[in-house]
Amino acid sequence: MISQFFILSSKGDPLIYKDFRGDSGGRDVAELFYRKLTGLPGDESPVVMHHEGRHFIHIRHSGLYLVVTTSENVSPFGLLELLSRLATLLGDYCGALGEGTISRNVAVVYELLDEVLDYGYVQTTSMEMLRNFIQTEAVVSKPFSLFDLSSVGLFGAETQQSKVAPSSAASRPILSSRSDQSQKNEVFLDVVERLSVLIASNGSLLKVDVQGEIRLKSFLPSGSEMRIGLTEEFCVGKSELRGYGPGIRVDEVSFHSSVNLDEFESHRIIRLQPPQGELTVMRYQLSDDLLSPLPFRLFPSVQWDRGSGRLQVYLKLRCDLPLKSLSQELSSPEQKAELAEGALRWDLPRVQGGSQLSGLFQMDVPRPPGPPSHGLSTSAPPLGLGPASLSFELPRHTCSGLQVRFLRLAFRPCGNANPHKWVRHLSHSDAYVIRI
Amino acid sequence: MPYLGSEDVVKELKKALCNPHIQADRLRYRNVIQRVIRMSKLDQWGQAEVLNFLLRYQPRSEEELFDILNLLDSFLKSGSPGVVMGATKLFLILAKKFPHVQTDVLVRVKGPLLAACSSESRELCFVALCHVRQILHSLPGHFSSHYKKFFCSYSEPHYIKLQKVEVLCELVNDENVQQVLEELRGYCTDVSADFAQAAIFAIGGIARTYTDQCVQILTELLGLRQEHITTVVVQTFRDLVWLCPQCTEAVCQALPGCEENIQDSEGKQALIWLLGVHGERIPNAPYVLEDFVENVKSETFPAVKMELLTALMRLFLSRPAECQDMLGRLLYYCIEEEKDMAVRDRGLFYYRLLLVGIDEVKRILCSPKSDPTLGLLEDPAERPVNSWASDFNTLVPVYGKSRWATISKCQGAERCGPELPKTPSFTASGPLIPEENKERVQELPDSGALMLVPNLQLTADYFEKTWLSLKVAHQQVLPWQGEFHPDTLQMALQVVNIQTIAMSRAGARPWKAYLSAQDDTGCLFLTELLLTSENSEMQISVKQNETRTETLNSFISVLETVIGTIEEIKS
Repeated sequence: MISQFFILSSKGDPLIYKDFRGDSGGRDVAELFYRKLTGLPGDESPVVMHHEGRHFIHIRHSGLYLVVTTSENVSPFGLLELLSRLATLLGDYCGALGEGTISRNVAVVYELLDEVLDYGYVQTTSMEMLRNFIQTEAVVSKPFSLFDLSSVGLFGAETQQSKVAPSSAASRPILSSRSDQSQKNEVFLDVVERLSVLIASNGSLLKVDVQGEIRLKSFLPSGSEMRIGLTEEFCVGKSELRGYGPGIRVDEVSFHSSVNLDEFESHRIIRLQPPQGELTVMRYQLSDDLLSPLPFRLFPSVQWDRGSGRLQVYLKLRCDLPLKSLSQELSSPEQKAELAEGALRWDLPRVQGGSQLSGLFQMDVPRPPGPPSHGLSTSAPPLGLGPASLSFELPRHTCSGLQVRFLRLAFRPCGNANPHKWVRHLSHSDAYVIRI
Repeated sequence: MPYLGSEDVVKELKKALCNPHIQADRLRYRNVIQRVIRMSKLDQWGQAEVLNFLLRYQPRSEEELFDILNLLDSFLKSGSPGVVMGATKLFLILAKKFPHVQTDVLVRVKGPLLAACSSESRELCFVALCHVRQILHSLPGHFSSHYKKFFCSYSEPHYIKLQKVEVLCELVNDENVQQVLEELRGYCTDVSADFAQAAIFAIGGIARTYTDQCVQILTELLGLRQEHITTVVVQTFRDLVWLCPQCTEAVCQALPGCEENIQDSEGKQALIWLLGVHGERIPNAPYVLEDFVENVKSETFPAVKMELLTALMRLFLSRPAECQDMLGRLLYYCIEEEKDMAVRDRGLFYYRLLLVGIDEVKRILCSPKSDPTLGLLEDPAERPVNSWASDFNTLVPVYGKSRWATISKCQGAERCGPELPKTPSFTASGPLIPEENKERVQELPDSGALMLVPNLQLTADYFEKTWLSLKVAHQQVLPWQGEFHPDTLQMALQVVNIQTIAMSRAGARPWKAYLSAQDDTGCLFLTELLLTSENSEMQISVKQNETRTETLNSFISVLETVIGTIEEIKS
């Protein structure tokens, strides 16, 4: 059970503090935690720290520290799960989790904490139950408007932009039922995949790992039944085979406890009645058996003249994604490269499928101390020339091939217009490393 | 009380929980257990709490055990990591007599653990890695096929990378050793010096089993001539030749040249030790040591100087001609000019030893050059799962055993500080037994043979354990009439220094009580009082941990008198 809970900003300023049991000191514990955290030696983990009979467990979320203290030997998995659930709940209630939104909505936060935790024991974290108890309204920074587009399309042309909800659309707070239901009923379904790849210096693939999640954020009234249909050829495990051809395969799948899987075996349809707010419907993992080609391949060649200390790195980046035509003519993307903090950073705002980009970089490397080279300039890269790490986002693409075929709502909320359904597929890199 | 669902559910659990001595009332608790397990509407927090409560239960038979395991099976597949780990811990503890069931559970939890290790949340990743290491202590091959999941990613924080390197070191087997070593070799040239050193130590760990490959890698690393790498490699070599003498030759060939790249104390000590012990195989050993001797005046670390003395003495025994002169100079410096007394003493000791004679020196300094058996002692043997099962899913694996021991010691000291004797609460509410009866009751302990120790603090668990292990020494039935208040009995027993461990509430049928007492020789008396539904007699069963008939009889007479007094009072 929990003794205290507090939220600190990234600089250590306490934003929220709540003491549940009154047995572990006062507010200065927040300051103590921050000092301990910043003073920790590099090899010790900050996740669980101990001080005078108290254990501090925290997570970092959106730049904030969410910390609990306890004096009992509790389950770390349970506490971490509680902290992430709290972070999600606070995000649901305040719009998005951040220093600004928390400071504006202190009343809501304390009310939430009162309902979620009683004397340090978790009562409930389900949005359903909490809605009945939370009275305070959340304060938003500016009124939400669907016309708040991030970029304006060409005048008159039917661009793709107007059919795309801006990225801030999903980050508005869940409103309580008492307020005026003037906001649109919407539901956002995201298929997000994290790609982790390791390629050795000789080009061979050492490791590939895909972690995927299907996340749902629903603004519909609770109880609306929803059916999500996935690709029919989707197989779980190595032995299953469905349909013709190689199909789409994942190693393991796990579902949220409220999901109904009656039709999953036969038609790959998931049924659920989601509460308002965020929910992770399904999680899956895939490793080592990626059927689609890797999105990016890098062909580096390095020439290093030890005598003069000049390092030439020629990078050829090839994008192996299928070419998807865009209806809009893009202006030439601005690339830039800079050398900072001992790393070369090459920004490419947009890369088209099937294209190839190359860049030649010249750097002067100070000569390392040691005996002078024996005449021959070695072409082997100098020590410490680290791997190339790519970080990217692939919209409308999933590495495993899993797609959401349809999202149907069984129950039409009375009186309101047709609810909007936004389905998005996205892959981004978790750690895409190519060794040189 | 955590939220566990509807009113009835809570009532059931409360009933079970208010009886802290579960084994004492098996029948009632067993039904509640079954109901609790079958509760369907719990959310993940309720489920985790239920799993925690069930840890206290010991199933009576194998059948019951497997019954419970089957009912709780679905918890292992839950989407919430807290519930899955809680279920795993419960299964491991319940099935402590069935190692194959434990292994099975650990196989099933592999998937969720690996998913947690690759989670987006760094904190969850770290905690999962600590638990993976815990499991590897008992089942080293458990994660061997998934070694790729433990490769370090560039952007991970340092503490996670260190854990992953440790895991990689522990899951090495014949099939994956090649790839793991290659990966670790990549880490040895990492930008971060700490991480590179950790990787090198890990390779040193693997070298105990796969010596040749590792020595080759370490030798290559020496060729890079980087300070932070060389010093750690030399330290690893020093540890390795002690445990695996077969690699000495290879090490000796690799050593020449690395003295130029070592600046720190640990590295120098390791190098000097190697040169001293294996100097005859290293051609330029005397010249390297000579360098050190030349610079001994500017040497800042006394540990290095002491190591130098010993090493030079050893080398002198094997290569006297080359070392004689510099040994003399070194001894002169250490005895005459050295300010650190420990170094001076050692120099003086060696000088006097030399004066005694060369044979004596040989006898003392020529120690064995390696001790492979030490490796067997050091390597922790596979620990049985039961040794750490109760620590699973707690903070113990996260801190590590040694740190946890220090923490609990500090906590223990704090808590023992204000020692409050456990007085029963009702003494504050006024005497229930009128004064004159108390006096009568108090006469008894002075009857010579039996002196019961006051303030006996026996824990419930200990009582349970002892009760179950002893046989009944004496059984008796006393006539009993009508109702009475248990508190009165408890207080009366307290007066004669008999402690009440558990007592049913008034009016319950069958009514039970468990008592304990200890006499001044340490002999324990455990008693069960049972009042059946007929209400006409009280059954007393007494167990004694040492068979002594006289003391037993005295105890029984005390007990009888107390009960008789209560009988009289209420009537």
